[in-house]
Amino acid sequence: MSSLLDKIINNKIEEADSYNIRENGKTVKRKENEYIKIVNKPNSKGIDIYVKENTLFGIIDIPVIISESGIKDVVYNDFHIGENANVIIVAGCGIHNIKHKTSQHDGIHRFYLSKNSKVRYVEKHYGEGTGNKIFNPITEAYLEEGSTLNIETVQIKGVDKTTRITKAELQENATLTINEKLYTEEEQYAKTDFIVNLNGENASAHVTSRSVATENSYQEFTSDVIGNTKSFAHVSCDAIIKENAQVKAIPIIYAKDASANLIHEAAIGKIAGQQLTKLMTLGLTLKEAEKMIIEGFLK
Amino acid sequence: MLELKNICFKKDGKEILKSINLKLLDDKFYVITGPNGSGKSTLAKIIMGIEKPTSGTILFNDIDITNKTITERANMGIGFAFQQPAVFKGITVYDLLKVAIKKDITKVEACNILSKVGLCALNYVDREVNTSLSGGELKRIELATILARKPILSIFDEPEAGIDLWSFNNLIEVFKQIEEDSKGITLIISHQERILNIADKIILLENGKIKEVGDKSILKDIFSCPKGGDLCE
Ligand SMILES: Nc1ncnc2c1ncn2[C@@H]1O[C@H](COP(=O)(O)OP(=O)(O)OP(=O)(O)O)[C@@H](O)[C@H]1O
Ligand SMILES: [Mg+2]
Repeated sequence: MSSLLDKIINNKIEEADSYNIRENGKTVKRKENEYIKIVNKPNSKGIDIYVKENTLFGIIDIPVIISESGIKDVVYNDFHIGENANVIIVAGCGIHNIKHKTSQHDGIHRFYLSKNSKVRYVEKHYGEGTGNKIFNPITEAYLEEGSTLNIETVQIKGVDKTTRITKAELQENATLTINEKLYTEEEQYAKTDFIVNLNGENASAHVTSRSVATENSYQEFTSDVIGNTKSFAHVSCDAIIKENAQVKAIPIIYAKDASANLIHEAAIGKIAGQQLTKLMTLGLTLKEAEKMIIEGFLK
Repeated sequence: MLELKNICFKKDGKEILKSINLKLLDDKFYVITGPNGSGKSTLAKIIMGIEKPTSGTILFNDIDITNKTITERANMGIGFAFQQPAVFKGITVYDLLKVAIKKDITKVEACNILSKVGLCALNYVDREVNTSLSGGELKRIELATILARKPILSIFDEPEAGIDLWSFNNLIEVFKQIEEDSKGITLIISHQERILNIADKIILLENGKIKEVGDKSILKDIFSCPKGGDLCE
């Protein structure tokens, strides 16, 4: 299954400071060090990951692989990040399903960021094989004063159905950045929900979603940002739509304080004709031009 | 050689180009000029294949290209610098130059091309070709993509528009160089006297028609500007 692992984890897993590989509902391999501890939850329902305060540049890989058809794996991963710690967490789920049964992974990730800690969380979803593949990731993040959470999610084709929910609560001076990249095709369905509460002064959230919807696929993007105090949010949802695809963007920004500054931008449209024409004058065919524009857009 | 025979173009019932006949010879430097809305950009787009003429024939080195696609024309050696360059999300100047030149080039080679259009290259190679670039910068990158291709027929639609005076001098040098190298046909749409000055031939377009083809003397009425014509500055 190492090829599936390569699809969801960019770095070499042996080089990570710690890791936990979960395959078909069970932990199969694990590494810890003195700063990063991994503890099982009862009934192999998931893990608690404890990062010591002041940990510098730790890398944690927590891939999940499902290769048996018909598995429905629900896993709870809780990250407890100590004060001033700075870590990169690479999560990803690869489903290889060549049978007719549905394979499903529901990952529930909770992040508890202590004061001034910094986390970069990278998540990649990858599906292969003709069997039905479903991902339903739920992410909850609690950001204490001065902490920073940077979430990057990528899902390029291969997943039949996803409902993604991301919730965050931000205290004073906390910063949340979310970058989502999504490509759907065929009959795929992808729904994303961001619910962000800016509770502390000068908390800020930056949510960027770039997506491409093709063929008969459907995408829905909801962002619900609440500014409870002097805070800042910028949400941008940018979608390229092709063929019979449908894209729905529902922006909600709710300022409950006069000094909250909340911005939402959403744009859905097909590839600009001018972009295609320019690339064709450089010798690309229409197909090649489209490919280059889409790859750049999702880069 | 490029030959336009009886090119007409209608859009929404409006005649934009009326029976254009034109022969452009190899190794010559042509400038099309004329008032706003006279059809200059439309004519250029018809040559590139971006617009299809309502009637008429286009011959490029004796091959009828009237029904050829933009891509086919590009690969036959026609290049086009847009009056308003396209912007992209996530495509860098380097990406665009690599496509333009049809091969993998190093960043140093990309820099060399950019320096020809007066862009301090290293700062630009990795920039995205998006709206964060200024109008003048976009315009120069647009020119660079054409220079990189070394087309047999190069068309530039108002290359000087949006470029400051200081850089304009460098730009003139670039075009003078093209003119001296005299490789292939250069066709520039311009209102600038200094570009008109280096032309082998000037084509004056008015109201969708070629009014005159000749040297600079055909514009003397306009340059002396009795009625406050377009070309007066
Ligand atoms: N797609 C179109 N649909 C309708 N009208 C058009 C279209 N393209 C051009 N035109 C019209 O055709 C005429 C010629 O336009 P064109 O852009 O070729 O002019 P131009 O000579 O390049 O002008 P400028 O000096 O302002 O660049 C204008 O009146 C313009 O409004
Ligand atoms: Mg024009």
